[in-house]
Amino acid sequence: MTQIDIHKGAEAESPYVPKMARILSAEQMTETERFFRIEMEEAPLAYQPGQFVGVTVFGVGEAPISICSSPTQGDAFELTVRSVGLVTNKLKEFGEGDRLGIRGPFGNTFPYEEMKGKDVLFVAGGLGLAPTRSLIRYVLDNRGDYHKVTILVGARDPSLLLFRDELEAWTGRDDVETLVTVDRPDKAWSGNVGVITRLFAKIQLDAAATYAVIVGPPVMFKFTVLEALAEGVPENRIICSLERHMKCGVGKCGHCQIRGVYVCREGPVFTYEQVKRLREGI
Amino acid sequence: MLPQVLKRNDLAAWVEALMADRTVAGPVLKETNVSDPSDEKFEWTVLEDAGDLRLDYNLTVLGPKSFLWPPRQQLVAYRLDDGPDPQPLIEHEPTVLLGVHPCDATAIATLDTAFGKDIPDPHYLARRADTAIVGLDCAAPCHESSFCLDMGSLYPDSGFDVMLTPMGEVIFVEAATDLGRALVKSAAVRPATKDDMEARQKFAEEKRSNFHYKLPYELKYLPEVLEQSYDSLVWEAIARRCFSCGSCNTTCPTCYCWDVTDDIADDLSGGVRTRRYDSCQLDTFAEVAGGENFREERSSRLRHRMFRKGKYILEQTGRVGCVGCGRCERACVAKISIKDTYVQIAGTR
Ligand SMILES: Cc1cc2nc3c(=O)[nH]c(=O)nc-3n(C[C@H](O)[C@H](O)[C@H](O)COP(=O)(O)OP(=O)(O)OC[C@H]3O[C@@H](n4cnc5c(N)ncnc54)[C@H](O)[C@@H]3O)c2cc1C
Ligand code: SF4
Ligand code: FES
Repeated sequence: MTQIDIHKGAEAESPYVPKMARILSAEQMTETERFFRIEMEEAPLAYQPGQFVGVTVFGVGEAPISICSSPTQGDAFELTVRSVGLVTNKLKEFGEGDRLGIRGPFGNTFPYEEMKGKDVLFVAGGLGLAPTRSLIRYVLDNRGDYHKVTILVGARDPSLLLFRDELEAWTGRDDVETLVTVDRPDKAWSGNVGVITRLFAKIQLDAAATYAVIVGPPVMFKFTVLEALAEGVPENRIICSLERHMKCGVGKCGHCQIRGVYVCREGPVFTYEQVKRLREGI
Repeated sequence: MLPQVLKRNDLAAWVEALMADRTVAGPVLKETNVSDPSDEKFEWTVLEDAGDLRLDYNLTVLGPKSFLWPPRQQLVAYRLDDGPDPQPLIEHEPTVLLGVHPCDATAIATLDTAFGKDIPDPHYLARRADTAIVGLDCAAPCHESSFCLDMGSLYPDSGFDVMLTPMGEVIFVEAATDLGRALVKSAAVRPATKDDMEARQKFAEEKRSNFHYKLPYELKYLPEVLEQSYDSLVWEAIARRCFSCGSCNTTCPTCYCWDVTDDIADDLSGGVRTRRYDSCQLDTFAEVAGGENFREERSSRLRHRMFRKGKYILEQTGRVGCVGCGRCERACVAKISIKDTYVQIAGTR
């Protein structure tokens, strides 16, 4: 039984008070996705790839957002926000010098230590590239620690592609294989066309030595996992990041719960083996 | 401390003494059935007059939970002018909850663990630390919907500072903590006599014979019984009656899920972040951006509640998530019973 010290807990720092942060730069990446580079005003954010923060727009509310940068990129951190509602739409108006509240970092991390020495396959659909990028950047900044690196990225159409400059840079590197596809090409598009699973036919996988990091919308996730399994990647090496409704980030509000698991604390990163056992996971 | 008793006639004086130092909340008469004066309805409220306390109360729709875990609680205040300077809002005042039945004391112990474990929640814990709990033992079941004996909450081991046992003209007073011993100092207690001890013994025997087990298995098997029922059609069958109204959550003494909103002052000078009770039975509870809803089916939400109460909370905290008080069943317009559900799943696969 968990023993609780009520009096000590009564004196604890409130986990719900955001700390102040300042936007160093902001950029509208697509019509609906905005990129921010942010610095904490006091102590820098100590985070690891895969974690997320609660972003407060004072007077509006808070939203959980994945950190899309790697701690190897310095003290500031980055977010990519899709405008879908109250907080995220308000953020569209935010730019350099504006102040936000930040809580966190929350959640567990990608198993980047365990992955060392192995092949890494990243498969990112849509906004899934944001959380995935935290690990991509980490792996690229520690390139020597990892074996073969493959990055597959998919978007509905070219105008929705995130981090286009970086995609191009990664494509240009000879120590990484990067393939990008869109479902609906426009006239200017000369790259791959079709759902992301089609890219599997174009790559060579050493399945037994591979960690597959798959992040994207539920349908994409489901079919990509099927593809990875069919290639022979073990269930406990298929890594995903789950999105749930979250209000607290600290295992109290109940919103993120899948069965007995609090995604905000025990996740958001899970192996497919774990997600499968949760049943309500996907 | 030697066993003590308080004469019933001296109770009001003790309550008054407590009221001098602390806010005292307890059960009082709310209304009487017009056509049947013996049918009285009680509620938990802050006492204004010591004489209002009704230690002979049976049921309340809501337990004493709201004094520790208010339906709305302000968490953070910030300014909207130059610097937001967000500050925690942690409010508490010395309080006594007087007359807490064993089930509700057990539920408080569960809430303590939920808010205290891993990352402590000082907004709850500060109120809790400033609240003394005076329990009131039950001699007989309060209602057919209750199954506290099964859920291990009839004989609580914590969640109270003093336990009162009403025995006719006297009340047996047992202090369980230092705070409890301090509270009892202002009561006109006297050492228990041999007769008192015998009456206490008789109460215990009657209590034991008045309560009966209602589940066909022991509590320790409940998580496994639930697990095996996960794919059962039972959930769909029961959920057909559910209206997703959330009354079960509102009345549950251990439910603590919440939603958060930011409210802005009328003059736009600042804002307050407030949490309020939420319900896992509402269809938006697990919805995320893009419209994906991970518990879209009513049956999956109902199952989630039954699992959370019978399995998840127990597994996470070692404390029961359901104390068997029967409030959710009594509040449910569809008469969905957690007790009957736990009975029913024993026979399904
Ligand atoms: C771990 C995690 C990481 C995320 N990472 C990103 C990211 O990197 N970039 C990004 O753009 N979005 C991300 N999201 C989603 C983002 O949190 C929601 O889009 C955001 O909370 C919506 O807030 P809002 O105030 O703008 O919308 P609202 O006006 O509150 O609601 C719009 C819609 O969003 C849903 N929603 C509301 N609150 C939440 C919530 N707390 N969590 C999830 N859905 C919610 C509502 O059910 C509704 O369907 C992430 C979510 C989680 C849980
Ligand atoms: S009180 Fe009854 S009808 Fe309402 S949500 Fe709960 S189980 Fe469903
Ligand atoms: S977000 Fe509140 S419990 Fe996970």
